[in-house]
Amino acid sequence: MGAGHAHKLYRHAHSPVHDLPPHCKLAAVFGFVLVVVSTPREAVWAFALYAVLIAAVAAAARIPAGFLLKRLVIEVPFVAFAVLMPFVVPGEQTEILGVSVSVPGLWGAWNVLAKGTLGVAASVVLASTTELRSLLLGLQRLRLPPLLVQIASFMIRYGDVIAGEMRRMSIARRSRGFEARGVRQWGVLAKSAGALFIRSYERGERVHLAMVSRGYTGTMPVIDEVTASRAQWAYAGALPLLALAICLLGWTL
Amino acid sequence: MHVPDGFIDAPLSAVAGVVAAGAVAVSLRGARRELDERTAPLAGLVAAFVFAVQMLNFPVAAGTSGHLLGGALAAILVGPYTGVLCISVVLLMQGILFADGGLTALGVNITVMGLVTTVVAYVLFRGLTAVLPRTRRSATVAAFVAALVSVPAAAATFTLIYAVGGTTDIPIGKVLTAMVGVHVLIGIGEAVITALTVGAVIAVRPDLVHAARGLAAPLKLRVDGVLVDAPAAAPAPAAARRAGPSTRNVWATGLVAAFVLAGFVSFYASASPDGLEKVAADKGFDAEVEEHAAAGSPLADYGVEDVGDPRLSGGLAGVIGVGATVAVGSGVFWAVRRRRQDEPAEAVLTGSR
Repeated sequence: MGAGHAHKLYRHAHSPVHDLPPHCKLAAVFGFVLVVVSTPREAVWAFALYAVLIAAVAAAARIPAGFLLKRLVIEVPFVAFAVLMPFVVPGEQTEILGVSVSVPGLWGAWNVLAKGTLGVAASVVLASTTELRSLLLGLQRLRLPPLLVQIASFMIRYGDVIAGEMRRMSIARRSRGFEARGVRQWGVLAKSAGALFIRSYERGERVHLAMVSRGYTGTMPVIDEVTASRAQWAYAGALPLLALAICLLGWTL
Repeated sequence: MHVPDGFIDAPLSAVAGVVAAGAVAVSLRGARRELDERTAPLAGLVAAFVFAVQMLNFPVAAGTSGHLLGGALAAILVGPYTGVLCISVVLLMQGILFADGGLTALGVNITVMGLVTTVVAYVLFRGLTAVLPRTRRSATVAAFVAALVSVPAAAATFTLIYAVGGTTDIPIGKVLTAMVGVHVLIGIGEAVITALTVGAVIAVRPDLVHAARGLAAPLKLRVDGVLVDAPAAAPAPAAARRAGPSTRNVWATGLVAAFVLAGFVSFYASASPDGLEKVAADKGFDAEVEEHAAAGSPLADYGVEDVGDPRLSGGLAGVIGVGATVAVGSGVFWAVRRRRQDEPAEAVLTGSR
């Protein structure tokens, strides 16, 4: 539990981006991604400008480029899918390096790669400049149902505990000579998963009782209400508004 | 198979977002009815469990390994409402924190992986356990089948979404073959692991397996060397029914949204043939397609006969279609509820745990 609940994706620093209220940042990132997705794919220069925007925000947040690039790896499965596209999509063919590929397929691959990468980059910037606790507060400020926010906060809070239980079970298995080699060992692993579920569920019941004994009636008191001034909204709104301008240019040009 | 941004076009992402939001709202209501104020800690811990169990690696053969997706498992263990909630929260957190799955594709992801897998698995599991003999083995078999079907069903749903709103015109036949083919394989692994896990939980705490609560053997007492049924516990007072107005609000909002979408949005929707029809036309195999049996009906091809303007007619047809669906759906729902009220005791008994 302890350790301040800081997730390993968060980079502690003091920067203008770190200091923005979380709900402004969430709204800005969501607006930005929405704008990126609705940009026509033929406007290649627009995506370059979007990338510059994200890079500028990352620079303002003092996120090193290497860190950002390393986190983009999460995309790899869909990159593989995108690479296949030029070969399976029917349509006008063209030659690249002596290989025949289809033009609509290339556009499709470019579309998925560009928009997906920009979306991931925006999420990475958000996650590395916002603490978990304030992220949840921001979600609550954005009118996500309080119950959903509570569930999410319990999941985040106990995620490490449950993962720790799983690790201890794995150590216990291995210290008794167990080694998972193939399908035959699935029975043992599945029994561990079942035990993990029972432990999680029972822990949930204990947590609930502990909360009830401290006066919980179904809602959590909000102690640290976050508010945003007009200047902060304007500051956060700069990203999606600039992106919107680029998008409109992309549609008209 | 988290869908990234830019894979599905913006209008359909918005529609999927509305569907996902509706599903989450219904699940919040349902979960609160099942768990009361225990919802937050229990659903949160189960979400943490799903999150952790997705990290548990199951070695397949030299070097390769797979992991559980968890939709079917959550549905069977904690019920459909809490299951949808847990998977949705996991997806939300993966999208925001780990950039796994696009933010605009969140609706698609929740609909495909949260809603479809959970509901398909739960319905199948309940159906099978109702048909099969009431034993632990049949619960395991039902879990196997439920998980096996749920994964390709999600893949097929994704293909459907892609057919309507995909950003690239890949022939849908190819997408369907590839998606379902790969996911049948994944589904087999998922099914084996889910069945083994459900079996392990049933062996220790059968009361925790939500979908198999009816399977517990009745308590028997040995009186003078003879087994007799224990007297049934006094039924707990039925939980007070929640007040109606808020449910009614949700219903009204959903209904209005559906009508607006069907009537107004389809007014503006493109009239070009959808992907499947297009592929059919391109490849020329639609020449032999027989006219649909309902082709002569006044609503054929989503337009109202005798209304000249094609857009107006499409919108009208949408509104009428939604109306008919709501009428049929509420009729079925009403009939089912009537039946359920006729068999009172069991639900109360299991609910009072």
